[in-house]
Amino acid sequence: MNFFSRKKSAASAKERLQLVLIHDRTDLTPAQLDALKDDLLNTLSKYIDIDHETVQIGLERDGRSQRLVADIPLRSSSHHRMG
Amino acid sequence: MTAQVITVTSGKGGVGKTTAVANLATALAMDGKRVVCIDGDIGLRNLDVVMGLENRIVYDIVDVIEGRCKLKQAMIRDKHYSDLYLIPAAQTRDKNAVSPSDMIRICKDLRPDADFIIVDSPAGIERGFRNAIAAADRVLVVTNPEVSAVRDADRVVGILEAEEKGSPLLILNRLNPSLVKSNDMLSAEDVLDLLGIQLVGIVPEDENVIIGSNRGAPVVTDSKSRAGQAFKNIARRLQGQDVPFMDLANQGGIWSAIQRLTGRK
Repeated sequence: MNFFSRKKSAASAKERLQLVLIHDRTDLTPAQLDALKDDLLNTLSKYIDIDHETVQIGLERDGRSQRLVADIPLRSSSHHRMG
Repeated sequence: MTAQVITVTSGKGGVGKTTAVANLATALAMDGKRVVCIDGDIGLRNLDVVMGLENRIVYDIVDVIEGRCKLKQAMIRDKHYSDLYLIPAAQTRDKNAVSPSDMIRICKDLRPDADFIIVDSPAGIERGFRNAIAAADRVLVVTNPEVSAVRDADRVVGILEAEEKGSPLLILNRLNPSLVKSNDMLSAEDVLDLLGIQLVGIVPEDENVIIGSNRGAPVVTDSKSRAGQAFKNIARRLQGQDVPFMDLANQGGIWSAIQRLTGRK
């Protein structure tokens, strides 16, 4: 076993649990979360011009509560109006 | 004075619920408290053998519920502590023989004459678990520093919050300090961060626990056992005392050093 390239198992356990617990607590699978993101972006796109490449949407943990955090940069409105 | 009802649960099986109940009940009795433990694992009773009382069972909790005996007749007195009693689970019935209201009624009848009522919950999140938490004033969740146990503990904590049972207290059982030190076991800090609940005690892995249950003598009666000391500390915290947490990191170092010296590792 190579100690230098392999991460210690406690860190893997913690990282994996962080993800699993978020999905358990919200009763949302990773696939459902992806579908939610797509729906959300499609809906928003009807009203605002979104740069899809830079959007960040994810679940975050805060103690025992979860929140859906979205960072959605908007394209300049002048660009939109001119077009 | 009326008793406090404490339910010990975990989600996952095999993490040490029954061991925790036997040890906390015995430790509270050693501190002079009047304690009744109730085995809530109908059909898979075990608290009796862990406490060494299996040969004294005449009646069980289902006999009480179905009126075949008085509550007092189903209370088995401990061999060493006269204010420690066990109400055993029925072995040949299933969990549906008991309802949450039965548990509430039994605990209500026990409250005036006890200081602590400790309920051992079955594994899982179904009927037996619902029965076990029905009368609880406080819930202790037992887990091990291991992915499946932590995940199941989180489910249980979520259900307890949804049921408005308040935030439970965590017992982190079977922590191996030398594995934590080598970063191959989740630390107490990791588990607390993941679960987001308050800690009531960390119990180090200790072979004396198995030796104790082999003999039917909970490990708190072994004054040299580290796990026994940890359970005694938890019992004191349950009585409202401010007991500092054991320094497992250092002890673990010594412990693993001894293990290395004796060639066990």
